[in-house]
Amino acid sequence: MTATSPLYTLKSLSKRYTRGKETVTIFDALDMTIPAGDFIAIMGPSGSGKTTLLNLLGGIDRPSSGEVHFEGARIDTLSQGRLARWRAAHAGFIFQFYNLMPTLTAAQNVELPLLLTRLSGSARKQRVKTALEIVGMGDRARHRPGQLSGGQQQRVAIARAIVADPKVLLADEPTGDLDRTTADEILQTLQLLNAEMGKTIIMVTHDPAAASFAERELHLNKGRFEERGKA
Amino acid sequence: MNDATLIRKNLFRKRLRAILLVVSILIAFLIYGVLAAMQNAFSMGTVGAAQERLVTVNRINFTVALPYAYWDRVRQVDGVDIVAPASWFGGYFQEPQNFVQSFAVDPESYIAAYPELVFEADERANFLEGRTCAAVGRALANQYEWTVGERIPLMSNIWQRQDGTQAWELDICAIFDDADGTYPTNYLMLHYEYFNEGLSFGRDSFHWMTVVTEDASRNDQVSQAIDALFANSPAETSTTTEAAFNEAFMEQFGNIGLILTWVIGAAFATILMIVGTTMVMAVNERTREIAVLKTLGFTAPRIFRMVLGEALLLSFIGGLIGLGLAAGAATLASGAMAGVLPPFGLSLTNTLTAVAFMLALGLLTGVLPAWKAMQVRIADALGKI
Repeated sequence: MTATSPLYTLKSLSKRYTRGKETVTIFDALDMTIPAGDFIAIMGPSGSGKTTLLNLLGGIDRPSSGEVHFEGARIDTLSQGRLARWRAAHAGFIFQFYNLMPTLTAAQNVELPLLLTRLSGSARKQRVKTALEIVGMGDRARHRPGQLSGGQQQRVAIARAIVADPKVLLADEPTGDLDRTTADEILQTLQLLNAEMGKTIIMVTHDPAAASFAERELHLNKGRFEERGKA
Repeated sequence: MNDATLIRKNLFRKRLRAILLVVSILIAFLIYGVLAAMQNAFSMGTVGAAQERLVTVNRINFTVALPYAYWDRVRQVDGVDIVAPASWFGGYFQEPQNFVQSFAVDPESYIAAYPELVFEADERANFLEGRTCAAVGRALANQYEWTVGERIPLMSNIWQRQDGTQAWELDICAIFDDADGTYPTNYLMLHYEYFNEGLSFGRDSFHWMTVVTEDASRNDQVSQAIDALFANSPAETSTTTEAAFNEAFMEQFGNIGLILTWVIGAAFATILMIVGTTMVMAVNERTREIAVLKTLGFTAPRIFRMVLGEALLLSFIGGLIGLGLAAGAATLASGAMAGVLPPFGLSLTNTLTAVAFMLALGLLTGVLPAWKAMQVRIADALGKI
């Protein structure tokens, strides 16, 4: 697959929720292609469906209709078990509130996705070490999340997202809980992962400054995408 | 790190809560272990009972004596092989709290009726011949560190001697063992003749007879014949198998089996609710973390196994510590009650039953939270990823 071949293809994707007797359409008949190696910022007003779209791309929600293809294979029809395995193999997730396990050290948190692989204990340790060094947290491996700052926790979360070497990183407001300086450091790390390691990054944000770190910005509004030039 | 690490870390994330749960489970298994060990002690007499042995007592109850003449009359009953009369002596050594389970017996017939008692040949001969001789069971001898050749004063709260004293001087002539470990050796036998002749009251009577039949198949016929012999007399008899007699004797202390069932049932029902509710709460608190694990690719069955593993680990930690403490407590209690009960402790069956309880407790308290954890929907739990 070349850098511009599609990683994701969304075909006529719709998502509707039922609230009581009312049916709410988040987006309808959405078509979209995301090439491998892209770094996209998805923006839009609250309730526009940014997070829902990310959930669909990450295989943790299913569309009401339409198709989600990843590397040419449809993923929205996979069983729960197959979807879990697909996520473990292909997607890394970065959360706004880091979502690290409080009882585990940084290294153990990063090791979690590797428990789903057949790697040996020593190979896992080596990968964890490398991932933590990439995000500049090599010296905090034995610290628990409670002993780390917000920015450090997000770095550990990024290390956890990349340790299994997924093709795509899905980030939902990754800097939403951080101060500007720390947020910029985190976004530079994501840029580095995109540029140096070829990771496709899809980032949901409402922050134009954060979006400016992406290669392109997609604005989701009233169920339609609008691509805008970078600020 | 592996799944076991996650299970352990999740279980002890709130240390105080985990410790309190372990303690509550521990107490349940401690109660189970101690009561089960005591039940073993109470059932030892039944286990060691021989099929062809009957016991004849006064129909009122076994504390009411039977006339001495009954011994000879019962020997005449068709189908009877041996008749061994005995009287309850009770007694204590030095201090009233040093209770010594002791019987006045006709040594020859008693030893013949109980072939499972093993004597050294010379000690056996000495015991049979010496009027003031006593034969002491190994467990009792060990308890008071008695040896053959020693003279001991055995005190009685019941039986007064003709000289007005209550001290009965006895020579320890034999220490007996049990052939196969099923019959208790925590008692002492003294000569009925010595006892009877020394009494200031209640002479020429005894409390029960052990009747050995020629064949166990004749037990019913023999017991009916014995009781018919003394029907409508001032001292009517009741003859049962030795096992039934021992069981009835132990039931004086209460129906240990029933007590065990109720206490264990109540303890486990309580534990089940406490641990089950706490496990559900613990998993509810971790809904977000479970959703994160699922997001990372942990499958629902794997999450189920991990939560169930926590409940099982909790159950086994508490259960095994409780059982260990119960074994220790039973050993201590057995030593302290050596004069009253045969040596007792936890049997293999008790241990395996306890392990089955631990497994059941873990499964029952873990299934619901594990199921709930498995059902967690990532999008709902995280709100947003």
